[in-house]
Amino acid sequence: MSAAQLATAAGPKARVAGGYTALLIVSLLAPLVFPAYVTQFAFLWVLVVIALCWNVMGGEMGYNSFGNIVFFGVGMYATSVVQVGLYGDVGAYTAAKGGLALDLTVTQYFVGLGVGMFAGALLAVALAGILGLGMLGLRGHYFAIGTLGLGIAAAELAAGWDWIGAGSGMVPPNYPDAAGIDRTTVFYYLAFILAVATFFTLKRLRRGRFGLAINAIRDDEDKAEAMGLHTTRYKTVAWCVSAFFTAFAGGIVGNIVGFIDPRTVAFAGVTYGVWMVLMTVLGGKGTLWGPVVGAAVFHVTQELFWTYLLGWQRVALGLLIVLIVVFFPKGIVGYIRDKWPEKFGYTVDESATGAAADPAQQGGTR
Amino acid sequence: MSPLLEVNNVSKAFGGVQANHDISLQVADGEIAGIIGPNGSGKTTLFNSIVGAHPIDRGSIKFRDEELSRLRVPHIARRGLLRTFQQTRIYKQMTCVENMLISRPHANETLGSMLADFDEADYREAGELLELVGLYAKRNLQAGELSFGQQKLLEFAMALMNNPKMLLLDEPTAGINPTLINGLLERLVYANRELGITLLVIEHNMRVIMSLAQRIYCLAHGQLLAEGAPETVRNDPRVIDAYLGGQ
Amino acid sequence: MDNIQLLIETPPFALQLVIEGVLLGGIFALAAYGMALVWGVMNIINIVQGEWVMLGGFIAFALAQWGGVPSLFGIPVAAAALFAIGWLAYHTIIFRIVDRDLFTSILATFGLSILFQQLMNQIFGADVRTLESGLGSWYFFNSMVSISQTKVLGFVLAGVIAVVLTIFMRSSRMGQAIRATAQNARAARILGIDTDRVYAFTYGLNAAVCGAAGAIVVMAFTIHPYQGLIYTVRSFTIVVIAGLGNLPGVIASAFGLGIAEQYAGFTLGAEFQNAFVFLLLVVILVARNLKLQRRREVLR
Repeated sequence: MSAAQLATAAGPKARVAGGYTALLIVSLLAPLVFPAYVTQFAFLWVLVVIALCWNVMGGEMGYNSFGNIVFFGVGMYATSVVQVGLYGDVGAYTAAKGGLALDLTVTQYFVGLGVGMFAGALLAVALAGILGLGMLGLRGHYFAIGTLGLGIAAAELAAGWDWIGAGSGMVPPNYPDAAGIDRTTVFYYLAFILAVATFFTLKRLRRGRFGLAINAIRDDEDKAEAMGLHTTRYKTVAWCVSAFFTAFAGGIVGNIVGFIDPRTVAFAGVTYGVWMVLMTVLGGKGTLWGPVVGAAVFHVTQELFWTYLLGWQRVALGLLIVLIVVFFPKGIVGYIRDKWPEKFGYTVDESATGAAADPAQQGGTR
Repeated sequence: MSPLLEVNNVSKAFGGVQANHDISLQVADGEIAGIIGPNGSGKTTLFNSIVGAHPIDRGSIKFRDEELSRLRVPHIARRGLLRTFQQTRIYKQMTCVENMLISRPHANETLGSMLADFDEADYREAGELLELVGLYAKRNLQAGELSFGQQKLLEFAMALMNNPKMLLLDEPTAGINPTLINGLLERLVYANRELGITLLVIEHNMRVIMSLAQRIYCLAHGQLLAEGAPETVRNDPRVIDAYLGGQ
Repeated sequence: MDNIQLLIETPPFALQLVIEGVLLGGIFALAAYGMALVWGVMNIINIVQGEWVMLGGFIAFALAQWGGVPSLFGIPVAAAALFAIGWLAYHTIIFRIVDRDLFTSILATFGLSILFQQLMNQIFGADVRTLESGLGSWYFFNSMVSISQTKVLGFVLAGVIAVVLTIFMRSSRMGQAIRATAQNARAARILGIDTDRVYAFTYGLNAAVCGAAGAIVVMAFTIHPYQGLIYTVRSFTIVVIAGLGNLPGVIASAFGLGIAEQYAGFTLGAEFQNAFVFLLLVVILVARNLKLQRRREVLR
């Protein structure tokens, strides 16, 4: 048997390729066709990214991280600090509370943005590695609540740190008017590229050793240890991967929103922090497409209906979490998988039944 | 030549209960040794001590002349000393093939190898071993869907996939359909003879252990009661006493 | 740093912080005891714990502010109301998650937590609220140490509630049933204990204790809609330090946490007091786990 035969049958290859191409074309054209909704589309991709990243921890590895928001916020702050710091004094800039505008040239702006996002991502990875040393030894409840503590602590620390603006927040540098292309469009495509990169990186990783190792940790960590798996290393790498892309998402959101508040934008536990969990569960945790589907459904629902709730959205959010977790824990893709397992490759190979009942016969029957 | 596994004067207590008291045993390279004893005699505790699931109070445990008693579970496993569980443990939401693939040896793991794909050889070996235990047809089913006996076979195949030097089996035939036991025995012997894996087996089924093991240790009340060839141990009056509740 | 020097040079300030910490710790102990109860009996980490405290506070606040009810009277009313809310929550949501995995129970109670936090924010707004008791303060050491009489009253009331609770758990039939269920739910069920009723009662009782604590908080301290989570984290920290079913341990750790918070707030600055609470939890969890790992175990 070959690797391809053993791997799950994903359906005819051409149809899959066609599906991806269609999605690509729609995504590329979306801002041209619906220019009024570019910002919303950009947010969709950002939500896809943070849900995918949360799924690595909560879905694939079974470590319910309420602390991923830390990397989101760190990425956001680090991006802006670098954007400002490359061409000015951060302390003076934040002290002016937006009164000190930085007029950057087009090149300066994009160099700062690029360097900033990568710096933020690397910082988040380093942080995940360090935090992981202690936190990832914790299991179950302890990890979940410990990371919840981390998320809020990060917000409180940022709100007390004057250099990055403390409680009054920080404003990323203004977008240069001379750029010739609309600001939101730029960030739409950045977010889209990020989402595509995240999706295919994770798709590739979940098929190999990394993916199966973190699945094994989810199913039975003691067994994985008894089989000699480097559980600590895998868990740390998983958190670093998760942190890497989440930090990019943070950097983009900071620039789209245009104002970084420590509690409600950067380390926003009640919005992004909860959303990433909810979207993943809604879509189906532990599946590849679940977070994508969940993010899309959630975002569309939110955009269409939530304005009618007149400030009661967050109450509805709490209710929604309870309802989904209690009544629909498998999520959309998980539900479909349970309903039609054979479509996901969970099949008995009839041709092989009865073969090799005798160990003496083994070898050479493939 | 020193034995492969050498347990010297190991004691372990849980609170006031002395689960193991001053136990010594040796297993030579390539042999099949058995451990018998009534329920609660400390067999599984001894296994847990050997593989590092808890600290021991006294004594030493050496595997290939290396002291194990301060190492932790995964480190011991990576040295080629593996155990299976009495309450069979497999990765329930993963398919059988995936269970097998992730059980490949992990001794030399680097960041590169962690992020790598499985290669053709991994798939081939997984398929072969699944065939060995008769689960090849069900390779793409989730392991949690298998019957208890099949899960036990899968766990055994996963252990072989890990390419261990020595395997500790905790009641391999418990809960398995009697008609399948002979097949399982053949596979154990195959692993021992053809793959060169030393076995230490806890077993309640006397017929199985007497035909399988070359040497048997009998535990009772946390202490070593008797050791020797199967015949000798079976006819030892102290062993018979312990089993029939003579005390 | 100046503040640290101040503490060393002026012992009465240090004493003041210790007293404030203990008075605060009394409240923490109540919430933590309730969390340990639910954790031990139902194996649920109740993330909505702090919201029960906050709800109790707002009920007492609303009664006193709009109903003219004396604030002391708000305590039993808040407790009764929260018992009803807890009982309802059990029969609508919690009973569905008792036997489910931890992911479900943590996330579902987390959802409830957001629900009530935002609900109170909608109804009362995000302002910080408190009730004036009209009581004064005692002064010692040339007024360097002041002790608010309201806080002392609150502390005494918390003590009374704890004593009543202990007697209830020891001697009443329901209390015994709760303890039996905590030890072995299946055995309790076989022996004819209606565990579903026990769970509902336990959950309601926990909410009631928190509600009473909240009514004390609004009197002696302050409340606002977003303070629930920090009470949850405090309770969790205390239970992690003390262990389940260890009332003296819970009380001691609660006082310890209260004092530590006061010191942190004073030396690091009040803006870092909350951060301290959350980071302390992380540090304690990690430290305990590292200690266990040396014994080849993990925190479970």
